[in-house]
Amino acid sequence: MSQNDKKTAETLSFAETLSFAQQHGDFQPVVDRIPYAGLIGLQFQRLGNDVLFHLPKNDNNIGNPILPAIHGGVIGGFMELSASLHLMMNMDCATIPKMIDFSLDYLRAGRHQDTYAECQVWRQGNRVANVAINAWQTSRENPIATARAHFLLSRS
Amino acid sequence: MTELSIKTRAERFLATLQHAQVLGLTVVAATPDSVVMRLPYQPQVIGDPDSGTLHGGSLTTLVDTASGTAVFSVLPGFELCPTLDLRLDYMQGARSGCDLLAVARVVRVASQVVFTECRVYECEHTAEYSSASEPDGNLIAKCSATFMRIGAEMTPADFRARIELGEQA
Repeated sequence: MSQNDKKTAETLSFAETLSFAQQHGDFQPVVDRIPYAGLIGLQFQRLGNDVLFHLPKNDNNIGNPILPAIHGGVIGGFMELSASLHLMMNMDCATIPKMIDFSLDYLRAGRHQDTYAECQVWRQGNRVANVAINAWQTSRENPIATARAHFLLSRS
Repeated sequence: MTELSIKTRAERFLATLQHAQVLGLTVVAATPDSVVMRLPYQPQVIGDPDSGTLHGGSLTTLVDTASGTAVFSVLPGFELCPTLDLRLDYMQGARSGCDLLAVARVVRVASQVVFTECRVYECEHTAEYSSASEPDGNLIAKCSATFMRIGAEMTPADFRARIELGEQA
């Protein structure tokens, strides 16, 4: 990226960055614009319409150091962020969808290792989307947490 | 050995949680009735770059930590209780630049499960806030959560020492 392009990218509003990503299919600049994504270290891989979210092992995400286990709040934050990115990547969203509520069930301790998440949009109405999120570590069949979120959508 | 105060128990418990340190969470007040915890506003935790609103994930960490600390502080012994589930309702986005205060209460301690409630308020002047009464800022979120009891005998000895002795452990 040239110095000039870089300057342009930094002065875009988030909505403009998102719109550009939706047109060109590259969402890395969107994730790069969200400080919380960088704080926990969220990564993603798009496989057609499916998106695999990845939270690499990170000492700063540990809650209890004696087990050691990932902080339950980080697992929740990773799943919330995955759900909102999934909507931005696959739906007609003009900006970051607003979370209305979030319900999270912890199934197993999140060990200090890589974590993955996948989302499914069960329903997208005109104003609200219902998204399910599953997170796992060693195998999809043994999730560490499952969650459900409602988002308010703003259409472009 | 002298009995630890509830606030000391809460502070030492919080000190063991690495991600809570990354976010700069602090115990503002801790009584048998409630634990009040502060999340300072900081750019690295922003979720919406246009509005500067903190990401919901940092609120999840705040309410999980505040509720878990309230559970740990009121149970006899040094019992670590994992979170079974939590439900968060986001009332409104917090304004850019405002610290958040979580007020967590233990609603019921049953033999195997503990139920909690937590409310998160936006506060412009949290430095002045010191009592365990409800803050007067806007209500940002509320949470109800459930914790599993696994028994004080399951607490690892080195963790127990860190609570009993603090930094000396």
